[in-house]
Amino acid sequence: MLQGTLDLLILKTLALGPAHGHTIGYAIERQSDEVLQVEHGSLYPALHRLEDRDWIASFWGTSENNRRARYYRLTPAGRKQLEEQTNRWDEIVRAINRILRPA
Amino acid sequence: MSIKRFFNRSRWDDERARELESYVAIETDENIARGMAPEEARLAALRKLGNRTRVREDIYQMNTIGFLDGAWRDLKYGARLLRLNPGFALVAILSLALGVGANTAIFQLLDAVRIRTLPVVNPQQLVELRIADTKGGRTGRFTGRRPMLTYPLFEQIRDRQQAFDGLAAWGTTSFNLTRSGEARYALGIWVNGEFFNTLGVKAMLGRTLNVDDDGRGCASPAAVVSYGFWQRELGGEASAIGRALDLEGHAFRIVGVAPPQFFGIEVGRTFDVAVPLCAEPLTRVQSSLDKPDVWFLGLFARLKEGWTIERATAHLAAISPQIFQLTSPPRYRPEDTKSYLAFKLAAFPAGTGVSSLRRDYEASLWLLLATTGLVLVIACANLANLLLARATAREREIAVRLAIGASRGRIVRQLLAESLLLSAIGAGGGLLIARWLSQFLVGFLRTDSNRIFVDLTTDWRVFAFTGALAVATCLIFGLTPAIRATSTEPGAAMKAGSRGSTDSRERFGLRRSLVVVQVALSLVLVVGALLFVRSLRNLMLLDAGFRQDGVLVVNLDLRGSGIAGQGRRAAFEELSARLRALPGVDAAAEAFIVPVSGSGWNNRIVIDGAARTQNVNFNEVGRGYFRTLATPMLAGRDFDDRDTTQSRKVAIVTERFANLFFEGRNPIGRTFQVEEGAGVERPVYEIVGLVKDAKYTDLREEFTPIAFLAASQEAEPDPFLQVVLRSSAPLATVTSEVTSAVSAARPSVIIQFQTMNSMVHDSLLRERLMATLSGFFGLLAGLLATIGLYGVMSYMVERRKNEIGIRIALGADRGSVVAMIMREAATLLAAGLIVGAVAAIAAARWTSALLFGLHPSDPVTLAAAAVALTAVAALASYVPAVRASRLEPTVALREE
Repeated sequence: MLQGTLDLLILKTLALGPAHGHTIGYAIERQSDEVLQVEHGSLYPALHRLEDRDWIASFWGTSENNRRARYYRLTPAGRKQLEEQTNRWDEIVRAINRILRPA
Repeated sequence: MSIKRFFNRSRWDDERARELESYVAIETDENIARGMAPEEARLAALRKLGNRTRVREDIYQMNTIGFLDGAWRDLKYGARLLRLNPGFALVAILSLALGVGANTAIFQLLDAVRIRTLPVVNPQQLVELRIADTKGGRTGRFTGRRPMLTYPLFEQIRDRQQAFDGLAAWGTTSFNLTRSGEARYALGIWVNGEFFNTLGVKAMLGRTLNVDDDGRGCASPAAVVSYGFWQRELGGEASAIGRALDLEGHAFRIVGVAPPQFFGIEVGRTFDVAVPLCAEPLTRVQSSLDKPDVWFLGLFARLKEGWTIERATAHLAAISPQIFQLTSPPRYRPEDTKSYLAFKLAAFPAGTGVSSLRRDYEASLWLLLATTGLVLVIACANLANLLLARATAREREIAVRLAIGASRGRIVRQLLAESLLLSAIGAGGGLLIARWLSQFLVGFLRTDSNRIFVDLTTDWRVFAFTGALAVATCLIFGLTPAIRATSTEPGAAMKAGSRGSTDSRERFGLRRSLVVVQVALSLVLVVGALLFVRSLRNLMLLDAGFRQDGVLVVNLDLRGSGIAGQGRRAAFEELSARLRALPGVDAAAEAFIVPVSGSGWNNRIVIDGAARTQNVNFNEVGRGYFRTLATPMLAGRDFDDRDTTQSRKVAIVTERFANLFFEGRNPIGRTFQVEEGAGVERPVYEIVGLVKDAKYTDLREEFTPIAFLAASQEAEPDPFLQVVLRSSAPLATVTSEVTSAVSAARPSVIIQFQTMNSMVHDSLLRERLMATLSGFFGLLAGLLATIGLYGVMSYMVERRKNEIGIRIALGADRGSVVAMIMREAATLLAAGLIVGAVAAIAAARWTSALLFGLHPSDPVTLAAAAVALTAVAALASYVPAVRASRLEPTVALREE
């Protein structure tokens, strides 16, 4: 996976509502039609980093099957960050496309 | 956020562990739901998550400040190691503390007398005004501690200068606080009215002096007391302001107390009372204010804004001719006047004040700092050696850590942390030792006649110095062993078994060179110590021409007795006779100058009408003076009843006098005159006696020509009588007898006692200081080097146990084993001594100015130092050698 895209994917997933690490990992795989395979362990340092930057916040809650789990939700700063990073991603994709498929 | 997390990082780690555990639980649940067996479901969940420990470590790393965390853990680990080796820790910390402490103490003194600026406003603007080049010499009387200018010169400078915002003139004196009985003195300064304002010193209580206090002819003058005097003598009460203070029998009004940090202008000294210069005539027998040839003032000035020292000096040079023209003393001889008129005033930087302490001791202190620096280097070499030995013991451990991927830098850092811990604790202990040692040093330099005062507050410079020492020592003794320890190939170290490659010649070579350096440096220090000790011994054993043991110097102040000029002669004779008649007094005589007291009086003489260029020292003594001081009479007679104010003037001269002026022929019956200014009568003195040479102002000087005049022929002496008195009775008995005898005859006389022994003792202060301290450091250095040699030899024996065991098993006798080890030690010692001897000869020239009666590269001293070191070194290596020879071969071999 491209450097820095994992952060973007986590932020996008959390934009739909609070979730815990397990849900996030599967959500990314499902949304990408199983194209993007995330090593679930690597999610946690990324989550920690995002929380450190105050883009997401965490709380302990109860999962669907009644397990204690640490939930993450997007903060307003994180929402802004998601917007910016999405725009930037679009720009990069457009730029790369212009090179790969010249009109 | 980061710092907070840093301190909560273990709590955070627990949190992560729980979070990861919750992931595994959820995934396991889902796997079971997908139809897996519970056991299999959990394993699959763990696989899906990946390496949990690594995840936690990654997050932990994010939370931590890597370097701090590592350093903290290294320090904790180092502390644990030190606790496990209390012996090593104790030796290391003690030797470092001694080394750092000695360095810091000496530096503290240097800082106080040399580097620190005066406690006044903007000290960098202060300059001292004095005559730039006193070519041809200044003539006249010199009194006080900074006799740079006369009062008429000060007045002229004050009225003509344009370079300065203010002038601060001062003269030093001592004020008697009592009106009768045994005298008690306060350190006094006469200052001009602007003095305190120029320096920018504000009163702590009341006010300081101002220009209005310093009007010529002031009758009931004001006085400012120092904080110390106010505390000591006035009980520190605010009501002291306005009170009267008796100085030399005159009442002064206390108007203010100076702030505690203000000790005056002379570093190394303090003052008790400051009074305006206009009060000088009240406190002196003869005022010097109108005397153009009495030098007693020092002068500081504050540069005007925008003026530099060069510009001020140019300005002073321009006004100098007029100033010296107007103040030229009428009594001067033509040649004196000529050189006087050629003088030029100049400004010199004075932000650090003036100091006789600095002049007398600066060279000694720098030398002592070098000495203590070497001691510290020796201590560091010892520690480096000990750490090298420890590193060898830990070689396998370090090799394992390197093999499993620890970086070399990381291990060096860990080893250094231990050294840093040692040097930090050592430096802390050093600060404590320094406090005590510098107090001891100041106490050492303080004498009855020279109450030195040094502000020993520890300032940032001292802290910076000590801190730098700690870091430097840590690097010196810690870095090499640490780098050495990590430079081994892990494979080689592991393979080598219990005998690590540290035994290799190269590795062991470092430890041997360290010992050689130690021996060399300690030889330098021992040589230095011996030089100073022998210098002191030379001075103490030297034939000074008098015997000071049992001689008491009695000073009598007759100013309050009301005896007029003409009556004093008779009173003096009567008092001397009374003292001479006291039981237990063997001899007593009047003496104007006591040898080696520092006072002097010299002049040129005229023989047969021809002036001689050689200066002659003079003294005026009563009958029995030579008997009192045990100076042998060689020819002629002592002064006696025949020598009165009416009779022909007589003199007694020394051998040196006779040799210089009469070519060694018998001078009895010859005559000379004392050279005087134009218009002054020149009496003719007939020589009636010849005595052996004696020292005059200083024990270190060559014998000078001395002429003794008869005190009994001085018609109108000043109202001070000084008597030297020889007695075998205890000091306390003699002083109380003298006090009661004098009080019975003249109740209002003020008495002061001093033993001649203490005067001689005080005059050798610098020599005693150098001998004591360099002796102590020399011993310390020798001891440290011995410990170092012992350590290396023991270590070598330990590592070669196996080889020695084989030798003994093969039939080597014990004697040859001892000889083998001793040979090894002798090589190291010889190398050290040779290097040390070269270094000692090179370094000794720095000491030449401080030595007496021996050459810096004195071969006897060098040989004695080498022999002494060899003796202790032999002892230090004999112990391990004997231990080696007692090895049981079977035990030694089985250990492998």
